[in-house]
Parts: sequence; C-alpha cells; structure tokens
Amino acid sequence: MTEEQQHLQTLSDIKRIMERSSRFLSLSGLSGVFAGASALAGAGAALVLFRSYYDKWEVRGHYDDTDFSTLRLQLILLGLVVMFLAAAGGLYFTWRRAKKNNLPVYDATSRKVLINGMIPMAAGGAFIVGLMYNNMDVLIAPSCLIFYGMAVLNASKYTVSDTKYLGIAEIALGILNVFFLRRGLYFWAVGFGVMHIFYGIVMWWKYERNAVEE
Amino acid sequence: MINPIGNLNKIFDSRIRLGVMSILMVNEEVSFNDLKQMLELTDGNLASHLSTLEENGFLKVHKGFVGRKTNTTYSITKAGEKAFKGHLAALENMIRSME
Repeated sequence: MTEEQQHLQTLSDIKRIMERSSRFLSLSGLSGVFAGASALAGAGAALVLFRSYYDKWEVRGHYDDTDFSTLRLQLILLGLVVMFLAAAGGLYFTWRRAKKNNLPVYDATSRKVLINGMIPMAAGGAFIVGLMYNNMDVLIAPSCLIFYGMAVLNASKYTVSDTKYLGIAEIALGILNVFFLRRGLYFWAVGFGVMHIFYGIVMWWKYERNAVEE
Repeated sequence: MINPIGNLNKIFDSRIRLGVMSILMVNEEVSFNDLKQMLELTDGNLASHLSTLEENGFLKVHKGFVGRKTNTTYSITKAGEKAFKGHLAALENMIRSME
C-alpha cells in the first residue's frame, strides 16, 4: 500500500467508525414492508368489523350502545395485535440483517433509537388513552399518525437518516387527517400500511439489494 | 521545507486511539463497555489506550454507578477535539499534496 492509500484508508476507517458508533444502520427495509403489510391486513380486518357493525345497525334500525362498545373493544384489541405483529416482524428482519453483517442488534446505537422513539410513542399512547376516555374517537387516527411520525423523526437521528422523510410524511398525513375526520381508517391504512411498504422497498433497493446478490 | 508529517499527531498513530477519538467525536458520552464492543477489544488493551488519551488531556473520565456496578463513561475534551481535527486536516493535506 502506498502512503497515500494508507492515509485514505485511515480517513475512511474514521468515517466508518463515526457512522457505526452513532447510528444504528442495520434497520432493514424488509422490516418496513412487513410492518406495512401487517397494518394493511389490520385495516382490512377493521373494515370488516365496521361493515358488520353498520349491517347490524341497519337491520335493527337504531343505534345500540352494547354493539358500539363491542366494536370499540374489538378495534382496540385489533390495533394492539397489529402493533405487536408489526414490531415482532420488524425486529426479526432487522435482527436477520444485523446477523448477516456480523453486527450486534442490541448496542449503544439501537438503545438510542429505542429510547428516542419510545418517548414520543409513550406520550402519544397516553394522549390517545385520554382521547378514548373522553370519547373523542375521531381524533385517534390522526393522533396515532402524528405521534408516530414524531417518534420516527426523533429516532431518525440515530438510525438510517432516510427515516426522517417517513416521519415527516406521517406527521403531514396525520395533520391532513384532522381536516378529514371520520376517514381515519383510510388515512391509517395509507400511513401505516402503504407508506411503510413504499419506504421499505425504497430502502431495500437502496441499501440491501446488492448485499443479497453477493 | 516543512516536514510533511510534522502535523500528524503521534498519539493518534495507534488505530485504537484513533478509533476511540472517532467515536467520542460523534457521541457525547460513551461507556467503557460500549467502546469495548464497538472497537472489538479486550479490557486491558482498551484501558491502556484510554489512560494514554486521558494523560494527554484528550478525554474526560466520569465514574458513576449503575445499581452496584461501576459505570465509567468517557467524553472528549476541547483539547482532544482540537487535536483530532488537526490530525484529520494533516491527513487531508498530505493526501492532497500527493495528488
């Protein structure tokens, strides 16, 4: 190696260490695709629940309190199941990618992503519980999108920086949703479903495609 | 003629010390264990390099506790930042002068 190559090597090592020590780069695009697919499946299931609720209403001819509480509970449970599924699948693909590259999954950087993402998420969760307590159900979907977007934006400083665009897009969609209340399910499906899948495919194409071919 | 490698800092000759400084440049505070994990080193090896850097005033040591376990964290000093940037600039200059 010539002296020049040696110095260039040193500089690129420094850059690599700086990047690797401050950002969690193993986040896989496939995690996004999986989370998006779970969200779309969940939105589909929610649509079925809504339909059967309105069918019953139609048949009976008037609103029923018990039916509404049942629907509400079903939707909350469905939401929790989807969130769990998306997180578990997302974790799996990221874990797989880290393993392939011989990098740790749980280290100082992934810890930072978790902490910085969890703070807005926890705030959003508490806020949404408050909305439900006050029966402000129409605001739940936009709040989910806005708080999730802020969580992603906050965590993007410690992971693949492209995630910030996803965060901003989620926030924008959430705000738009506030102007189109009662269309929450569609916004939800676009924000958590379509956008995750789109983002995931772009990320996979950009960073992981070549790694697969090798 | 000015010695072309005169601006290179001898302390950063070691790749490990260079690695430690690179990490501390972009992270406010890093624990001993995280440094060890990131640089894939043994305790003794890392400790000796850290003390060299500390003796030169390039990093600050904070001793704390997490529960009962000691948790030592490190952060870069102003002098360390300046020395590291100088070293980077020197490397860059050398590459440029060779072109």
